[in-house]
Amino acid sequence: MDTRLSQTTSASVVLPASEDESHGSHADHRLFGLATFLVADGMTFAGFFAAYLTFKAVNPLPEGSSYELELLLPSINTVLLLVSSFTFHRAGVACRSGQMTRSQAWLLVTTALGAAFLAGQMVEYFSLPFGLRDNLFASTFYALTGFHGLHVTLGVICILVVYWQARPGGRINAASHFGLEAAELYWHFVDGIWVVLYGILYLL
Amino acid sequence: MTIANPAELEQSLQPQGWLKYFSFSLDHKVIGIQYLVCGFLFYFIGGALAGVIRTELASPLSDFVRRDTYNEVLTLHGTIMIFLWIVPVVNGAFGNYLIPFYVGARDMAFPRLNAVAFWLIPPAGILLISSYFIAGAASQSGWTAYPPLSLTTPAAGQIVWILSVLLLGGSSIFGGINFIATVLKLRRPGLKMMQLPMFCWAMLGTSILVVLSTPVLAGTLILLSFDIIAHTGFFNPALGGNVVVYQHLFWFYSHPAVYIMVLPAFGLVSEILPVHARKPLFGYTTMVYSIMAIVVLGLIVWAHHMFTSGTPPWMRLFFTIATSFIAVPTGIKFFNWLATLWGGKIALNSAVLFSCAFIFNFVFGGITGVALAQVPFDIHVHDTYFVVAHFHYIVYGGSVFVIFASLYHWYPKFTGRLLNEDLGRLHFLLTFIGFNLCFAPQHWLGLNGMPRRVAEYDPAFTTWNQVSSVGALLMAISTLPLVINVVLTAVSGPLAGDNPWRALTPEWLTTSPPPVENWAGEAPLVTEPYGYGEHTCAMDLGGLSGRDLWSSGKS
Repeated sequence: MDTRLSQTTSASVVLPASEDESHGSHADHRLFGLATFLVADGMTFAGFFAAYLTFKAVNPLPEGSSYELELLLPSINTVLLLVSSFTFHRAGVACRSGQMTRSQAWLLVTTALGAAFLAGQMVEYFSLPFGLRDNLFASTFYALTGFHGLHVTLGVICILVVYWQARPGGRINAASHFGLEAAELYWHFVDGIWVVLYGILYLL
Repeated sequence: MTIANPAELEQSLQPQGWLKYFSFSLDHKVIGIQYLVCGFLFYFIGGALAGVIRTELASPLSDFVRRDTYNEVLTLHGTIMIFLWIVPVVNGAFGNYLIPFYVGARDMAFPRLNAVAFWLIPPAGILLISSYFIAGAASQSGWTAYPPLSLTTPAAGQIVWILSVLLLGGSSIFGGINFIATVLKLRRPGLKMMQLPMFCWAMLGTSILVVLSTPVLAGTLILLSFDIIAHTGFFNPALGGNVVVYQHLFWFYSHPAVYIMVLPAFGLVSEILPVHARKPLFGYTTMVYSIMAIVVLGLIVWAHHMFTSGTPPWMRLFFTIATSFIAVPTGIKFFNWLATLWGGKIALNSAVLFSCAFIFNFVFGGITGVALAQVPFDIHVHDTYFVVAHFHYIVYGGSVFVIFASLYHWYPKFTGRLLNEDLGRLHFLLTFIGFNLCFAPQHWLGLNGMPRRVAEYDPAFTTWNQVSSVGALLMAISTLPLVINVVLTAVSGPLAGDNPWRALTPEWLTTSPPPVENWAGEAPLVTEPYGYGEHTCAMDLGGLSGRDLWSSGKS
């Protein structure tokens, strides 16, 4: 009863009664809005990357300070994230074809991969020979990976929420799955950013 | 429990009457008015701060306020006027009120996001102003917050400033997302992009700039706050950091910010002029392409603010040329407006007077802008009052004049009542004279080397500074007829009828003020929003003389 009331309320406030049906759940526009927001979010990263590259080109590393990165752990992390994008995609496919149990299983795998990535990031942080304030590159490294890690953390939380909503009788099902699609789009975005970040920070 | 009538349910949930303007309303019209009133409140605060600045500068010595206080005042003045007055009003107020009408929708694409975007603004503004009282000192590093200055001035005030600007940036981004989705996705069936009123294109272009550039400022300010709180060295040369990177990132937002303030004004003027000149908007297609050209060029000219920051020659060359190019699309728009007015039956009411003054002021500000893009000249006048004069000709002579024009034009739509034309023309006269008296002398002061953002100056500059301060006083007085007009009209103004200007754009094809759902029935399909020419005959306006149209504002 409660859910029904709130749904009717939101629809009537957003649109007049006559258009409630034709506009349906507005799913397309919300995804479009999210995509626009991700463009904005991507510009924040672009600003950080530009700052990092300029620092690297213009500001010499002070003598006696170190800025060396191990490649093994971040490379494993890259693989983890790329695989997690694939597993999330499988979850979406399963959901759209009505296999909610399977979808939930894929979501759990994705969560595990995301958590493993964050754990790997933590291990890397504690094993690095430099701290936040040691030099310009160290600061920028932590700012960039930290900002990305924040995105991953938020993504993992979103996936857990979606997992809960995809339970039998939950609000996500084969017919209505905006939350899952939004989380999936966001997750692919975060993975894409990581690939760029990995290239610029570790390989370049 | 069944809901028989959703509209009824909504009425029971939403406060009615004036209370709705203090509620988390999802109605784009209510949100538009909220933006407008909120913006005007901050305008008066920012104006009072400008009054402090001009009073201080009426004499060469810093005898009115302490020097630190002067720096706080100029920082608050700039930040309030840009982030809490012009950006929210030209985008938030008029954008929210008009765009859904123009695309034939009942509301914005994301009404809740829209309400959130508005309600971020009052807390951010209160936070900003209260920093003066709570943090012990407001930010003193100007609206640009350049390091190392922003790293050495009192930290608490600077952090509050950053927090406030981040909130306002977030609000701006949410608004931008909403406008893009509304214009692109919510158009009524049958309405093509090239049939939209020009303001839609202006808001689309503006919103693209908002979405692409504001996040960069947000990221930069987060790094700056790290420098202040965690003592990292991103922008601190003492710790190996690079201040010029801050400038690049800052201006990557803040140059487009100028277009975020004036592009919507361009759009609003394009709506006002055809209605009152009874002619179609001249050169619709070129107008659209000009807006998009300004969007693209606006993103690649930022370093013309940094010609004295050790920019390499190739960078100077590129940014000079790119900046000069902006004069082309802007010039196209100006000639289009002049051609729109040419031979029209112009009703010289307050809306048109302010619009024409906008054209005058903005051409002047545009010319000094092209001058400032030239490296040798820019190096001479960098950080002098010439820049202050140029900037105010753009944002006050441009955007604020258009806000006033729009207020006179759309007040009947908002309230159903016509503003008094005599008070309106008095308001215009005082504003126009006061504005030019205040800022025109500053060109001379800057050319002769008076630096900006300093409380004291060489006594040789006294006379023109006093002229400028008298102009500022006139501008302060000019708000009186405006406020009196708005209050008196709201109480006992003449009823306007639904369409006092006989306009053809969709917002006038409903009652004034409009119903919650914008149109009683289906949204009208307006494929020719500027079809005045032959359509005027069809509407039997051909027999009207210019005098009739003039007096139509008084009926």
